[in-house]
Amino acid sequence: MFPFSFEWIWDVGHMVFMGGLWYALTILGLGMTYCILKSVIDTIQGKGGHQH
Amino acid sequence: MDSALIPEGVKRCSFGKFAIGIIIVGGVLLWGVYAMLLIWLKGLNQTNMNDFYGFALWIWADLGVIALGGGAFFTGFLRYIVGKDELKNIINYAVLIGFICYSSALLILAIDIGQPLRGWFIFWHANVHSMLTEVAFCLSCYFAVLTIEYIPLILENRQLNKVPFFHNLAHNMHEVMAIFAATGAFLSFFHQGSLGGVAGVLFGRPFAVREGIFIWPWTFFLFTWSAAAYGPCFTLFVTRLTEKITGKKLVKQNVIELLAKISGWTMGTYIIAKIIDTWYWASVTAPALGLNLIDFYSNNPFYGIWILVAEIVVCGIIPSAILLSPKGRSNSTLLFTALSLACIGVLINRWVMVLQVMAAPVMTFENWVMYIPSWQEVATTILPMAYGVILVMISFRYLPIFPQERELNP
Repeated sequence: MFPFSFEWIWDVGHMVFMGGLWYALTILGLGMTYCILKSVIDTIQGKGGHQH
Repeated sequence: MDSALIPEGVKRCSFGKFAIGIIIVGGVLLWGVYAMLLIWLKGLNQTNMNDFYGFALWIWADLGVIALGGGAFFTGFLRYIVGKDELKNIINYAVLIGFICYSSALLILAIDIGQPLRGWFIFWHANVHSMLTEVAFCLSCYFAVLTIEYIPLILENRQLNKVPFFHNLAHNMHEVMAIFAATGAFLSFFHQGSLGGVAGVLFGRPFAVREGIFIWPWTFFLFTWSAAAYGPCFTLFVTRLTEKITGKKLVKQNVIELLAKISGWTMGTYIIAKIIDTWYWASVTAPALGLNLIDFYSNNPFYGIWILVAEIVVCGIIPSAILLSPKGRSNSTLLFTALSLACIGVLINRWVMVLQVMAAPVMTFENWVMYIPSWQEVATTILPMAYGVILVMISFRYLPIFPQERELNP
């Protein structure tokens, strides 16, 4: 799973498979980080206090 | 008792009635949990799997729920990427159904591997030459996507939404949902396809093996295509079922008909591709391997030619014809019949591609091997259904799943 794992080989298979996995995880991680940080900032600025 | 948690402007049954429903379905769930614990504690000897049926009831159920849960990715794709805005009125339910289907698939896999404590090995010690590794990666990531899509729904609960941070988080997640939906569509394309690819590359199994493009056999594309076609049918089927049970109209007819029409086209084109694939396999691929079409459908007590007719004609051509016809889509009974047949059709397809593949004799000295699942396998397969019903009941009661419900039920 990681390049420091003993069984890791720098071949196409590992780069495609693991690259795809980490690419997807990065998008999801960055997306959620953005949402959480923006929500913290919005909350500090007093947004979302009034319900409709 | 719990009226403060129920969305504003909608009516729900009494808490007592709701609790009785949960207890009844919970009993079924506990039966499944008991069987699951037996399997985890005593091992896979609790099943009737053997050397011929390493893929058995569980893997069929897995592939079945993944195909039926395909409504989430395809509806999300249509809503966020293609821009079919009307589908915003059914996307929440599609996400919920997808979430249930994929969490069920992961639960079944956790039971099937026999030693769930080593489940993480597939990530850590990944076999990069296996299509199933790709399936594991995409399945897990896509389940994360579905969880991300389900979270804002939970946060929109009447009480939770009063908390400013939760309100903002739900709003901000909705804002970037297109990115998550696009990621989900990408992941789904590959894992749905790879599940089909697994069957297509079995060169030792003439019933399943197919030609293809580069490393991908035709079954790769047929599986993705069928999930996109039949998945939304399951979403519509469950929506209609919920409407019948609750006695309410939950989604406007134009939304239902739009999704039904898109499914009809996707299913119709899929069935044409499937017929071409079957014809080529029966006339070229299988004979080249020394077998004829009828060899796969004779000399056994169960797998007759009827199964091929049921999958392609009864549960493929007929429902797609109904869904493609404006009169068929607008007729409630015909629509429900088409949706039911479509769901059965994709389940037959997955059964055939998992179990008939293994049952069909390959060597001249072999006979057809039949398989009857043990009660533990049946109970653990029913377990996710009970879990799904409970989650639908709770979500329907406490979350604003259907944006048009208030308008349709004044």
